Amino acid sequence: MTGAARFELKLELQELYDAYVTCLDDNDLESWPDFFTDDCFYQIIPRENWDNGLPLATLRCESKAMLRDRVVSLRETSLYAPRYTRHLVSALRITGTDDGVIRTQANYCVLETVVDEATKVFNAGRYLDVVVREGERLRFKEKHCVFDSVIVPTSLVYPI
Amino acid sequence: MAVTRTDNLLPGDWPEEGVSRVPFWIYSDPEIYRREQELIFGGKSWNYVALTVEVPEPGDFKRSFAGDKPVVVTRDLDGGLNVFVNRCAHRGVQFCRRQLGNTREFICPYHQWTYDLQGELIGVPFRRGVKKQGGMPADFELKDHGLQRLSVAERHGVIFASFDPEVAPLEAYLGATMIEYFDRVFDGRALRVLGYSRQHIPSNWKLMFENIKDPYHASLLHVFLVSFGLFRADQPSAVKMDQTGRHACLISRRGEQKTSAATADMRNLRTDFTLEDPRLLDPVREFPGDATVVMQTLWPNLVIQQQSNTLAMRHIVPQGPSAFRLDWTFFGYADDSEEMVTRRLRQANLMGPAGLVSLDDSEIMRMSQMGTDPYPDAVGVLEMGGRDTHDEDHMVTEAAVRAFYGHYREVMGL
Repeated sequence: MTGAARFELKLELQELYDAYVTCLDDNDLESWPDFFTDDCFYQIIPRENWDNGLPLATLRCESKAMLRDRVVSLRETSLYAPRYTRHLVSALRITGTDDGVIRTQANYCVLETVVDEATKVFNAGRYLDVVVREGERLRFKEKHCVFDSVIVPTSLVYPI
Repeated sequence: MAVTRTDNLLPGDWPEEGVSRVPFWIYSDPEIYRREQELIFGGKSWNYVALTVEVPEPGDFKRSFAGDKPVVVTRDLDGGLNVFVNRCAHRGVQFCRRQLGNTREFICPYHQWTYDLQGELIGVPFRRGVKKQGGMPADFELKDHGLQRLSVAERHGVIFASFDPEVAPLEAYLGATMIEYFDRVFDGRALRVLGYSRQHIPSNWKLMFENIKDPYHASLLHVFLVSFGLFRADQPSAVKMDQTGRHACLISRRGEQKTSAATADMRNLRTDFTLEDPRLLDPVREFPGDATVVMQTLWPNLVIQQQSNTLAMRHIVPQGPSAFRLDWTFFGYADDSEEMVTRRLRQANLMGPAGLVSLDDSEIMRMSQMGTDPYPDAVGVLEMGGRDTHDEDHMVTEAAVRAFYGHYREVMGL
């Protein structure tokens, strides 16, 4: 890949991540699954498990349909205090471009503001992702949110 | 077992109605918390500390907790299990910082006091001084300064520890009814840990026990659970306890996704709710009998969760009156097929900090603490299903919560 092509791809990926976290922070959960391919794999997994080869995730979805099920469940069946989230993403890197997929990683930090409480650092970790091109759009084929934060404060309501 | 009330440090008396009432000061009072640590977690109780599969080989260790007290679980070179405090006998440093590992000895980083896998002190640097200067007194004996040890019991792959050596044998402590349900999941097969999940919940630790002993809420709060028939008030169910009332099982079976008289009172029920990807809920029967869910609460710090094919230990670690840590260890069996492992991992979406079911509970426990904290003199009501503490063959009861407080009052002298 030439320097110019790589620069263009980086900008395109930056736009993908910016749009992704804006979608989450706007609480537009109904649009969130569209950032993924139909056969996607999405998980939020403690680093403790990831580093030790333990497969248990805090949240695990194995298709875009499961992402949509999660959104409907959250909206229609779950009980939780109102809250805002704010995602900060940095150090986005392209780590590979083999076999028609783009491998990326980025740091993330989620700030959470629950009603009546001070804003806190809710979750910090890495996105380890596989991105593919579908027509005009880049979509996540895999998204592994590997979090350093050992302990989840109260509950993990919204996706990361 | 009951203590005598010899002082006026406590905030008040238990309401005269007995266990059908709960005074809210038990959720926030610092003196109550201190006594709980001493009399319950530090008393004649078997605290859950580990699964045997976490420490299979000589030298293996795990950091854990008994009540709010940090401990270390080890397997020594003879294959024996040991539990001792994670607190150096010298200056009190918490010397073990890794969750799991393997070692020959523990060396406190501060002054390098060294302990073996049984917690015996085996080395003190400069014990004889340097160039005939300093050193420990001549009568200083290593054997007098080992780590405080706890009694240890193990049953079918589950390890418990007690600060009080006079605690009853584990089998007698659990009782026949609890053992029957314990052995249903822990039938002697080798286990496989699938992973951990750790959560900080800003509520009193007892609210976690109340929650799992209370089938009344499960039929109402957990819309997801009820919508899919995983747990509902109109299914054949039971609440069973041991003779003391401190342990309990909520037992039920999966039903249909439908409306009925039992769901008429559920304001949020979604009978039309279907999953686009039904693989999330694809339970298979794996235990004998009709029950598809058994939630077992073992005094003083363990919930054993079997909901369909998701199995977990929920280890309660109190952190002051108004908070606790919940350490989840999800597991299956060593001989699980890959298909079964995947099924367990999918169903784990119902549990843990993001669980489609347990998320409701963590949020509710926080709200309970917010509600009771400012009103310590107010009193809660526990009259669903009557005022007694007997086993029931239905879900519309708070009997197990009342029984828990019956035992709690006895141990606490309240």
